[in-house]
This record gives sequence, C-alpha cells and structure tokens, in this order.
Amino acid sequence: MNLDWEFIAESLPLYGDAMWLTLKLAFWAILFSLVLGLIFSVILYYKVKGISFIIQAYIELSRNTPLLVQLFFLYYGLPKVGLRMSEVTCAIVGLTFLGGSYMTEAFRGGMEAVSRTQVESGLSIGLSRTQLARYVILPQAFAISIPSLGANVIFLLKETSIVGAIALMDLMNVAKDLIGMHYKTAESLLLLVAAYLILVLPLSVVLSWLERKVRYAEFGD
Amino acid sequence: MQNSGIEVLFEGSNFERLLGGLLVTIEISFVSIVIGTVLGIVMGLLRTLNVKLLQALLRLYLEAFRIIPILVWLYVVHFSFTPLLNIDISGETTSILVFSLWGAAEIGDIVRGALQSMPKHQEESGAALGLSRVQLYRYILIPQAIRRMVPGAINLATRMIKTTSLVVLIGVIEVVKIGQQIIELGVIKAPTASFWVYGFIFILYFAVCFPLSRISRRVERRWQN
Repeated sequence: MNLDWEFIAESLPLYGDAMWLTLKLAFWAILFSLVLGLIFSVILYYKVKGISFIIQAYIELSRNTPLLVQLFFLYYGLPKVGLRMSEVTCAIVGLTFLGGSYMTEAFRGGMEAVSRTQVESGLSIGLSRTQLARYVILPQAFAISIPSLGANVIFLLKETSIVGAIALMDLMNVAKDLIGMHYKTAESLLLLVAAYLILVLPLSVVLSWLERKVRYAEFGD
Repeated sequence: MQNSGIEVLFEGSNFERLLGGLLVTIEISFVSIVIGTVLGIVMGLLRTLNVKLLQALLRLYLEAFRIIPILVWLYVVHFSFTPLLNIDISGETTSILVFSLWGAAEIGDIVRGALQSMPKHQEESGAALGLSRVQLYRYILIPQAIRRMVPGAINLATRMIKTTSLVVLIGVIEVVKIGQQIIELGVIKAPTASFWVYGFIFILYFAVCFPLSRISRRVERRWQN
C-alpha cells in the first residue's frame, strides 16, 4: 500500500487541532465528573434522605442510556424548550452527565471497601462524621478506587469520539471530512487511529503503573 | 411548550417505526453477542494455556479494542473495506463484524478471569480423583466458572446495546436515524418534535438496558455467596 506522505504531513495540523479539542473536552468532563462523583458518593454513603433517591435515579438513567442519545437530546431537544447551549458546553455537559455516575460508583465502591475497623476506630477516638470522612474514609477510599477511577478516565476520553455527532470538529469529523474531500482513506484512517493511540495509550500505561503502586497504600483488614 | 410536540410520536406509524428502529439496534447487538460469546469462550480458554506467543497476540487483540474507541473501529472497517478489498458491505454487516470482534475480546477476558480465579485446589482435587484434562474442564472448572462469568457478560451486553447506538453514524437505519427522519418531516408542523423524539429514544434505551443491569446486579449478589 502506497501512502501519500505529503497528504499526511498536510493534514497533521488538522488532527493536531482536533486532538487539542478532545483533550480540552475530556479534561473538563473528567474534572467535573470527579467533583460530582465525590459529592454524590458522600451523600450516598451517609444515606442522606431524599437526595439519595434522586442521585440513585440519576445514576440509573445515566448508566443505562447511550451518550449519543444524551448528546442529541441536549443539543437538538433542549433548545426546543428554551435551553440552548453551545456545542462545546453541550459536549462537556453530556460527558459529565455520563461520567458523573461512573465516578460516583467508583468512589462509593472505594468508600464501602474501607474496613469496618477503620470507621469504628475513628468513631471511638471521637471524630465527627465530617472528620471521619475527611481524615479516615476518603483518603483510603481514594486509594482503593484508583483502578476504577482510572478506567473511567480512559472510558471518558474514548467517549469523546462521539461528540462529532453534534457538529464539533473532533478527530472523527476531521477524518470523515478528509475521506469525503480527498478520498485518501488509508491515510486519514491511519492518522485517526494514531491520534487515539497517542491520546489513550500513555494514559493506560501510566494508570496500570499507578494501580500497582497504590496497592501499597491500602490499610486495614 | 407548544401544542404540536408530543403528538408527533403517535402520528401515523411513527411509534411503530421508532420501535422497529430500536429492533435493528437490538438485532445487531444480539447477533454480535452470540458470535462474540462463542469466539470469546474459545479465546478465553486459549488464554489460560501457557503459550507465550499466543498470550501476547491475544492480549494485543484485547488491548486494541480497549484503547481504540469503538466508533474508530466502525470508521476503519466501514471506510476501508470497499477501497482496499473492493467489496461492498453494508453498514449492518460492518457493525456486526466490529461488535462481534469487540465482544469476543471482552468475553475472552471475562472467561480467562473466571477460569484463573478458580481456587487451585478445585483443579487438584479433580486431578487427584483421576479426571482427565477434558473431564476436569467439563465437570469441575467450567460449571463453576460460568457463575463468575454471567454478571460480567450481562454487563457487557448492556454496554453493547448502548454502543450500537453509534451505528447511525455509519449510515445504518436504526432508531436514532428514524427519529431524525420523523423530525425532518415534521419540521414545520411540529417545531418541538426533536425534544419529544429524542426524549422518547432516551426512554426506549433506558427501558431496554435498565432491566438488564438490574438482572446483572441481582445475579451478582446472589451468586457471590
């Protein structure tokens, strides 16, 4: 197969821009998802009446519907009832809506895995509930949930591939456009795959390394 | 909210058409899950063997699907088959191919995980009884492994159903596409249609996936003890 290297060199900036957009979207979405997940999991852990039920419903709704449909609803559906958002906002809101539930479950899994003796020891030295969460449960829960948090980060980064469906010039859209305009299919696809490898592969390597590291940070049991 | 919104769902055969579209999605997922499970079981068994090169290859195969988004896979297969191999395959075939291969990779990993998590003494007791390798798998390892595999497999099934929503992006006529057609047709008569149609599709997916994830959670809890 003969690749047109000139074409590849010329399209690099386009892919560069798209990767930058992907990173930007993923960064905000991951950050917001983590914050949302942390808050929600604490609420669920302490079984706050009323709010817990709403969060539970949100988790089920978010986990059992595809991101594509969530984005279409946000982008095409909501403006009809008066809520208009830009493409970028829409993508970040959609990704956060999806990611928030995954992060909540990851944190909660970690909190529930903190051993009972740790909680009881904390209570017996007279820590308040807030102190218990702040100094005993959350630091340990965080270490325990790192593998699943990492998996979610990669998951969200990969899910950004869908935002092209709401007219954002992401990697998928760039590749599709180039194929449509120049018929350089092999080159465009090669760059597309390479772009995702550059984005996801280092993260996946770092996370599996981190995962091995944090095993030492687990206490109790 | 304008009046001519929600009615669009029930106009003419719109309701049936949307359900029919959902069926296309479910069909693609179902066929892929079946093919993926069969291939995946073979792969999972192969991964428990101690052959270095085979291990490396199968691991690479799994990681390829874990690292590269499924939509990229759909694009790669969809756009490269015709020019490279000079055969014309439909969006449905492309989708089934990609989803089956993805399913095989994931099921393979679930099967491997289940087989390897089996306590060593199970295998040793079987061997001590004088069971052959085949009997060992047939009567001891596989029946126990299945219990550990089912929750993960159901989870994968819901993930696959959700992910098949992407096939609209390579031109398969499924529920989202039919929704778009309905919206376009009614653009003047029912300006708020997209809110209701996408909202309805949202609910449709939820109605399919929610029971599945409930079953998976229940099975997991019951079989853990």
